[in-house]
Amino acid sequence: MNNILEIKNLTAGYNGKPILRNVNLTVREGDFIGIIGPNGGGKTTLIKTIAGLLPPVSGEIIFHFGDSKGLGYLPQVNTFDKRFPITTEEVILSGLMGKKGIFGKYTADDKKYVEKLMEKLRAGHLKGKSIGSLSGGQMQRVFLARALVARPALLLLDEPSTYADNQFEAELYELLKELNEEGLTILMVSHDLGIIPAYVKSIACVNGELHYHPSPEITGDVLKIYNCPIELVAHGPVPHRVLSRHEVEHNSQSHD
Amino acid sequence: MTNLLGYTFFQHALLASLLSALICAFIGTYIVSRRLVFISGGITHASFGGMGIAYFLGFSPLMGAAVFAILSGFSIQWLSNRTEVREDSAIGIFWSLGMAIGIIFTFLTPGYAPNLMSSLFGSILSVSNDELLWMALLVMAIILFFVSFYRLILATAFDPDYASTHKIPVHFISYTLMILVALAIVLSIRVAGIILVLALLTIPPTTANLLTHRFNQMIGYSFLLGLAGNVVGLLVSYALNIPSGAAIILVHVLIFILVKGFLAIKPKSN
Repeated sequence: MNNILEIKNLTAGYNGKPILRNVNLTVREGDFIGIIGPNGGGKTTLIKTIAGLLPPVSGEIIFHFGDSKGLGYLPQVNTFDKRFPITTEEVILSGLMGKKGIFGKYTADDKKYVEKLMEKLRAGHLKGKSIGSLSGGQMQRVFLARALVARPALLLLDEPSTYADNQFEAELYELLKELNEEGLTILMVSHDLGIIPAYVKSIACVNGELHYHPSPEITGDVLKIYNCPIELVAHGPVPHRVLSRHEVEHNSQSHD
Repeated sequence: MTNLLGYTFFQHALLASLLSALICAFIGTYIVSRRLVFISGGITHASFGGMGIAYFLGFSPLMGAAVFAILSGFSIQWLSNRTEVREDSAIGIFWSLGMAIGIIFTFLTPGYAPNLMSSLFGSILSVSNDELLWMALLVMAIILFFVSFYRLILATAFDPDYASTHKIPVHFISYTLMILVALAIVLSIRVAGIILVLALLTIPPTTANLLTHRFNQMIGYSFLLGLAGNVVGLLVSYALNIPSGAAIILVHVLIFILVKGFLAIKPKSN
């Protein structure tokens, strides 16, 4: 598998104040990496730095698919104004801005692709609606479509289930799994330790530093070894194999 | 009424109504959608400082107002983004600073300041050829900018953080819009005056927003509603012999109430 993203000795933070130090990570085509870690550990800082919203304090981020226009990004907190007069299709099309350049126009093909994508994300019925009239889960579908519309090589997701209801949450992860199987590389921040191991292929724990764990299992040991003080709280409909105990046979998912 | 159309001043007033409706449709929709109404109020009042200085030094008040409007817009943004000062406080400071400077320089200007009342309350019936020309140029600049960059304007206004991940010139778009907002305010002051101009920029788009949730349609409806309000207000002011700026604003508010009322009693279609 080809490398599509290499992070080398990255120090990242706000206004030159480092939150994350010495991060090294290689992302290969087809990876589905779950980024976990305590609040304030630097998960969002890492995603924002990769997305180009924060300049690295030092170190390098190298993309192997041209430039960062091949990135799809679903931010954690959408700073947008819910009452802004904009329709779902217009929001999704705005994901093509980077590809279109400054004067480009949206074509009929673009619009057709948006429709296809909305169907795929089970958001077809939201066509023509204003963004403010949607529920949290519906909005998140639209923002996911916006992140996907430029056919990115790498998808960055920051807590994608924040606004989702339980039903959409399960659907969302299934969708991501499907997209990953179709070849999309995914880097996803999640606090949802109960559910992500069932979907991701590997885990990166971020707590001031980054520790990569090439299997999706989250056990107390893993968290201890990697200095990742997160409480293992299971909630919602948890797939049974997630929190495997040591006496139970390991359901190893290593993708090495 | 037909002989009214024979007067040059009335033709000018009608033309100013049309141009102002166009300016306010584009810029007003942007201001309302981005919740920039209060900052626009600050810019409006700050521009009075520039007018006062221009009266005193004897150059074009329009120019003085434009310079003050643009500078105050950027200063407010700079102060609230780069320092500890909250945005609404920054607006309050520039709002009153501009008025204070304007009052002092108007006071210091020898003789009677003939344009003071029309600056404060507007006077669409005395719009000059030059002012109409500037308004027409601004309309062209605004339309050119919106047509060329509509996609980017919409995306930047909706979600600037996301736009910047796409290597979009977010600052170019929003700073250019800030300049256009400042110029739109300055050139609309003639119609409704410093005290009332904000209404021209906010009421038609707000009414339009009751009818649509699409940015481009909001611009279109704002134009039609703005033009209707301006012209009807002008006629009302002539018929009742009351100040034109205030009459125009009242008609705009009346239209808003009518649309709101109509939508309230109309059964919901979907």
